[in-house]
Amino acid sequence: MSKNKFAIFCILSTLGIFFYACQSEEEITYARYYTAGKQLYENKCANCHGNDGAGLAMLYPPLTDSTFLKQHKTKLACYIKNGLQGPIQVSGKNYEGIMPAQATLSDIEIAEIITYVTNSFGNKQGFYPYQQVGADLQNCSN
Amino acid sequence: MKKIVLLFSAISFLIACINEPKKLPILGERSTKDTVINGKTVTDTIYQTIAPFRYYNQDSVLISNTDYDGSIYVADFFFTTCNSICPIMHRNLLQVYAKYKGDKRVKFLSHSIDTKYDLPSRLKRYADNLGISSPQWNLIHGSRDSIYDISAKNYLVAAYEDGAAPQGLVHQGWFVLIDKEKRIRGAYDGTKTDQVAQLMSDMDLLLQEYEQK
Repeated sequence: MSKNKFAIFCILSTLGIFFYACQSEEEITYARYYTAGKQLYENKCANCHGNDGAGLAMLYPPLTDSTFLKQHKTKLACYIKNGLQGPIQVSGKNYEGIMPAQATLSDIEIAEIITYVTNSFGNKQGFYPYQQVGADLQNCSN
Repeated sequence: MKKIVLLFSAISFLIACINEPKKLPILGERSTKDTVINGKTVTDTIYQTIAPFRYYNQDSVLISNTDYDGSIYVADFFFTTCNSICPIMHRNLLQVYAKYKGDKRVKFLSHSIDTKYDLPSRLKRYADNLGISSPQWNLIHGSRDSIYDISAKNYLVAAYEDGAAPQGLVHQGWFVLIDKEKRIRGAYDGTKTDQVAQLMSDMDLLLQEYEQK
């Protein structure tokens, strides 16, 4: 490696480190939500919906239907906190089971789960802040 | 010369060991029984077996132990509204079912421990949603006493009611492998994929045992 090339390499890596360190506040929060959400998902949701979000046959719906998640985004907090009773249509199929309520989850935990689910299994819908949970829960009955 | 003979016998001994077909152990309690045949006393080992049973399945058809004669089967305990380990167990058992689907030598028997609510109609809906059907895979409903009795005494799986548990019912997630003589040949944690893989290879081994006879 010539001296010049080495110098360029050093400059580029320094810039890279700076760039990485300058992740925006939201990106860092997003990463934190996502990691915590993964943990919560594995404890509270994965039994039925699967580690890969594929659900289980016609018993439990998959979480891979991005359109459903997008259309019901303001309802997801209600579904998680209060449970859900079918029938619902996911990926073109009707599911009729009962999803149990998780009343003990806090707003931040619900936001973490939603951030994880809506950005995993082929979904990419971005950050979901915890303030949104409180607002969404107000409108559950609508 | 002596050395060569020694080496040769050592090698043949090793080969004999390798060729010995692997056999699954017979689990559970055992006792001995002496019988006198032609004046000679012969000692037999009596192995623990699954006691005769009669239960209704998801089609409201009465199923008994004779329906499982001539096949090996996997037994487990679950209930339809369980959201802890049952979904994981049946996600895994569905793979085993897919592997042996249509194979008359292999059957499945899932006992519901929610004897109050899991009536045949509800078991039917669950079976349809899971995508399984009788007679290869029976989901069965029985009286509370008989189900809890057969789980503990015959399949050696703990299942009981517990008001302190989140859903009031507690059970272990074992898949119990039963041979054609109704003896227990293996127990596998149905929530762990590596143990379920072990179950499938052990089932092949057990089936081979009957091929060789």
